[in-house]
Amino acid sequence: MDDKASAGVSMDSRVAGVRRETAETTLNLRKKSRPGENVIQGFLLFCGVLSMFTTIGIVLVLGNESLHFFTNDNVSITEFLTGTQWSPQIGQFGILPLLLATLVTSFIAMLVALPLGLGAAIYLSEYASPRARKILKPVLEVLAGVPTIVYGYFALTFMTPLLQSIFGKDTVNIYNMAAAGLVMGIMILPLVCSMSEDALSAVPRSLREGAYGLGATRLETATKIVVPAGLSGIIAAFVVAISRAVGETMIVAVAAGAGPNFTLNPFASAETMTGHIARISGGDLSYDSIDYNSIFAIGMLLFLLTLVLNMGSRRLVRRFREVYE
Amino acid sequence: MDAPEEKPTSGLPHGAAMQRNIVRRRRKGTVLRSIFLGSTLIGLVALAVLLFTIINDSFGLVALDYKVDPATLSDRPLEELSRDELVVILQDNISSNAFRTLERTTPMAQRSEGDVLGLVLERVVKQSVAGTWSLTDSLLNRSAIEAQVAAESPAATLKFRSWLSGGFLTTPMSSNALIAGVRTALFGSLWMIGITILFAFPIGTGAAIYLEEYARDNRFNRIIQTNINNLAGVPSIIYGMLGLAVFVRLLEPVTSGRVFGVEGSNGRTILSASLTMMLLILPIIIINAQEAIRAVPLSLRQASYGLGATKWQTIRHHVLPGAMPGILTGTILAVSRAIGETAPLIVVGASTFIVSDPDGPFSKFTALPIQIYNWTSRAQGEFGNIAAAAIMVLLVMLLTLNSIAVLIRNRLSRRAS
Repeated sequence: MDDKASAGVSMDSRVAGVRRETAETTLNLRKKSRPGENVIQGFLLFCGVLSMFTTIGIVLVLGNESLHFFTNDNVSITEFLTGTQWSPQIGQFGILPLLLATLVTSFIAMLVALPLGLGAAIYLSEYASPRARKILKPVLEVLAGVPTIVYGYFALTFMTPLLQSIFGKDTVNIYNMAAAGLVMGIMILPLVCSMSEDALSAVPRSLREGAYGLGATRLETATKIVVPAGLSGIIAAFVVAISRAVGETMIVAVAAGAGPNFTLNPFASAETMTGHIARISGGDLSYDSIDYNSIFAIGMLLFLLTLVLNMGSRRLVRRFREVYE
Repeated sequence: MDAPEEKPTSGLPHGAAMQRNIVRRRRKGTVLRSIFLGSTLIGLVALAVLLFTIINDSFGLVALDYKVDPATLSDRPLEELSRDELVVILQDNISSNAFRTLERTTPMAQRSEGDVLGLVLERVVKQSVAGTWSLTDSLLNRSAIEAQVAAESPAATLKFRSWLSGGFLTTPMSSNALIAGVRTALFGSLWMIGITILFAFPIGTGAAIYLEEYARDNRFNRIIQTNINNLAGVPSIIYGMLGLAVFVRLLEPVTSGRVFGVEGSNGRTILSASLTMMLLILPIIIINAQEAIRAVPLSLRQASYGLGATKWQTIRHHVLPGAMPGILTGTILAVSRAIGETAPLIVVGASTFIVSDPDGPFSKFTALPIQIYNWTSRAQGEFGNIAAAAIMVLLVMLLTLNSIAVLIRNRLSRRAS
């Protein structure tokens, strides 16, 4: 349709041009108007702007429902942010138990993902032969492609029994934060690895050659030259990893337990912010009830938390990136 | 390296001390090298253990208990009987009222053989599971299991069962794990993904073209770009909440199909889920497509302009064909993420128990990951087995998609070069 339209237009203007040429014997070099092109450009602009509407939509929806939540008589913002009990049945809305469980599971995940991910990245970028790298990297990336619900199943049917056989069934609850956190770490490992590896590979060869020339061993080159040079990228990878762990839902929903619990014990069951949202909205939820509004308040906090982490990571890279020629 | 500047010669180790120093540094290097290798291997081992756990739970021995021994119903195994023979057994053994109710929901003549067999097993034989064992257990400790079953439930028969089977793919959901299948979930996932691609591919590609080819480097366009990068990091459950508030509630007349004359559903439909998934994967598609478009050499565009082509003609005939393998690969990867996403579907309101196939964008639905979640959260052993079997189905689907992505990329890039 657009092709036809533009063809018609160009035909008309060509005829007009010929006529003018005979009358004034000059060429018309003005830009032809092409409505078809403008329509296409308008559609493309709409596509680009749609993402803005998504963000505005998220902010409006979360903000609006949270506002309903906080204007409720039973709820105050100070109680929400400082209360240590979350039990909607008796009107207690303290976010801390949910937040703490999120922090505990994320912390355990980071204990696994950061050292292993960085170690794997150093191995792949500094030690592995090109052939080994060509095999190892895609295999690690398969881990990143496994759906999170599968990791949830894995945490519940493999990690929890494993922990129970090590620490005893009395210490380790069937649903516990440790199993969820450990499996989450495995899930995030490839992300840390591939982002850090990109940062390390971007360090120019000349820096390594310089270090070797001064008599440094391979390890000294890697840890004292290459890692510091790629540090901004590595830290950005860490920050993105934390934000992924905080927002992860299915592993904790399946394996960490249902029911808020204000505890630091990793073997106890406790519900995270995301796990709570999933459980509440999975049931029969009536609109405009306080339960419905409360999950949006939790969502708002979650959104702000991950937004700050993601923007922080990007700023970090831009600010501290070493630019090499 | 650590030598003080004032005494360049005496500060450095000499002779034997230097030898020791070098040996020590080399040893340290070897130790850390194996630590780095170890962390890479831990990732690989984790993947292997993950796959092993799932396969291990998908097959294995199962001890079946009966209220009525199937041998008393027929002299041949029930699986070998024809549909009509099964209907007769069913009619003889359940009350005429119950039979009429069944006939009213779906006439016996329209039911498949597997369906009727399921009914016989469920209503007449009243099959139940006394215990299930994993594949390794079944192979290694078979005699111990047999002894245990004989002691605990003497009436039960022990059989080797593949939980993943043809019947598992083609039967709908059931509250009995022995005859439950993923048919409805599979159809739900396919419908949802189809509609998601229909929206997400053109819009994502369009946005990428706008940002790479049309957008000038001004404040407005920089904000769009930053915004897309930030959206890629928003947790999926937040998209679910957006979908719940906007698509399920606000746009209910559209997503329930009421404006199109479809009655009888609320906003929790396939369309709502697809639109939510579209928003979720758009940033990924856009970022991948942008990279693909950026990789098309500038000389190609300049040559096209030089021959008098307009901007859109250049994009349509030169930029897009060159970038298409990259765009398609990115889209398929984004889609495989959408297939496995569970959290937004829970929030948007996928049904957990549904037996009829979805028949369009406005029907209620369930999806494969929702089914897995539902079965995983039940405590009994046999639901763990069918959850594992459903995971196998999901992983095979993802594997197929990714292979298609590789194939497309290879074919198109060969044609382009």
